[in-house]
Amino acid sequence: MLMIWSNPENWDALPPADRAALAGDAVAEHAAIDADLLRSGELVISAALADPITSRAVRVRDGVVTSTDGPYAEAKEYLAGYYLVDCESVDRAVEIAARIPDARWERVEVRAAMDVAGLEM
Amino acid sequence: MDSVEAVLREQAPHVLGALVRHHGRFDACEDAVQEALLAAAVQWGEHGVPESPRGWLITVASRRLTDQWRSDTARHVREAAALPHKQMAPAADAVPSGEDDTLVLLFLCCHPSLSPPSQVALTLRVVGGLTTAQIARAFLVPEATMAQRISRAKQQIKAAGARFDLPPQDAWRQRLDVVLHVLYLVFNEGYVATSGPDVHRAELTDEAIRLVRQIRRLLPDDGEVAGLLALMLLTDARRLARTQSDGSLIPLAEQDRRQWNQDVLREGVGIVTETLTRSRIGPYQLQAAIAAVHAEARRAEDTDWPQIVALYDVLTQFSPNPVVTLNRAVAVAMAHGAQAGLDLIEELAGDRHLADHHRLHAVRAHLLELAGRPEPARAAFEEAARRTTSTPEQRYLRARADRLS
Repeated sequence: MLMIWSNPENWDALPPADRAALAGDAVAEHAAIDADLLRSGELVISAALADPITSRAVRVRDGVVTSTDGPYAEAKEYLAGYYLVDCESVDRAVEIAARIPDARWERVEVRAAMDVAGLEM
Repeated sequence: MDSVEAVLREQAPHVLGALVRHHGRFDACEDAVQEALLAAAVQWGEHGVPESPRGWLITVASRRLTDQWRSDTARHVREAAALPHKQMAPAADAVPSGEDDTLVLLFLCCHPSLSPPSQVALTLRVVGGLTTAQIARAFLVPEATMAQRISRAKQQIKAAGARFDLPPQDAWRQRLDVVLHVLYLVFNEGYVATSGPDVHRAELTDEAIRLVRQIRRLLPDDGEVAGLLALMLLTDARRLARTQSDGSLIPLAEQDRRQWNQDVLREGVGIVTETLTRSRIGPYQLQAAIAAVHAEARRAEDTDWPQIVALYDVLTQFSPNPVVTLNRAVAVAMAHGAQAGLDLIEELAGDRHLADHHRLHAVRAHLLELAGRPEPARAAFEEAARRTTSTPEQRYLRARADRLS
């Protein structure tokens, strides 16, 4: 899983012209990564997430469901998007992560997904 | 597997072999065969299997192929002109039987220019006759991803200039080793699945065993082919005993050995015994021999550990790798005491890659527990649980840690 972490404060601090240019380039770069991963047979799924202002937190306590609107003051960083890839090695995953434009101004985290398989020991 | 599917899977490589022999163009023929298989699955399901299933499939696949070519006449002419003579008209002495097409196709699918995941996917579709959807389910990726992986693999084979032929004599051994390794990966992928959507993955173990059996019929004197078959059988025989009904793992030492499939074990032990006495020894035979020693112990405490240590000693010379070394450390501990095993582990811990690996911590934990040191054992089990990416292994390791606190 390649997780793109983003801090909206950093983003908002950019001059509007820079922000627009970055965003425009990023869309094209993400599309290229998607296309390449699909071609190589490594893409499982990818998604860009909406602004954290649209998120809702869901909690169930004693069977009662409550949901509250975000964003959440306690979090500085938000998950902005992700790629789930099925590739040969961690090194390959890191190589893909380094192509994600957000890695240049924010941070992309690479972590293995759990598998349902296992060996008896 | 129902009877229609069994026939289709059996026929798939022969039909493809016949087409490629006649028309050349492996990639186009493979698409046509796949379409014919899908059509047969529907029609035979309704009307029954025809008298000559292979003839039916070859006819339908050829028709698809010509339809496809007719739709692009210009390309057709180009391609036809480029076809090598040998493929247009087989020599009179060419082997007409479909039987060894399986081997030719296996060598093609396991071409060294492909990555192991591509080799595995292509082998399952081309030689195993599985649909892209089945393979995708088995590997838990979307069908589009798997389709792309397969089509890319076919392009790579074409780009590498691979021919529909057996490899030359000098490359034979190396290429066969790749084929065996790919089938080993297929088996493993199926075997390690413990629950959930993995019914499909269990199908992979059966498929791997079926394909190794086929290779063995074609190469009855090859010790490593026999060794791999025996290893798969001896491992697969334990399948029922290795998990609880909730999918959690049971280690070898605690398995109910009455649940081991005795017929399959007997076949596996028989193959190992026969092969070791007459063939050049190799890593699969040695691993099978180790599995056979376990199979012959009625209770875990009856295991002949000194013999297992001796087999690991030889295996280490053939294929030195960290997993073998770790397994050997366990055997040494069982034969000569936990401390002897722990000493070996400490040497390994200096290896940076292995130091991060959950299995090193799991083995150390196990040996520390054996040595009567519960506190460091518990810490090592927890470390191993944090590092594994397997849910069932994590559950097992956490349970072991909890048992010690």
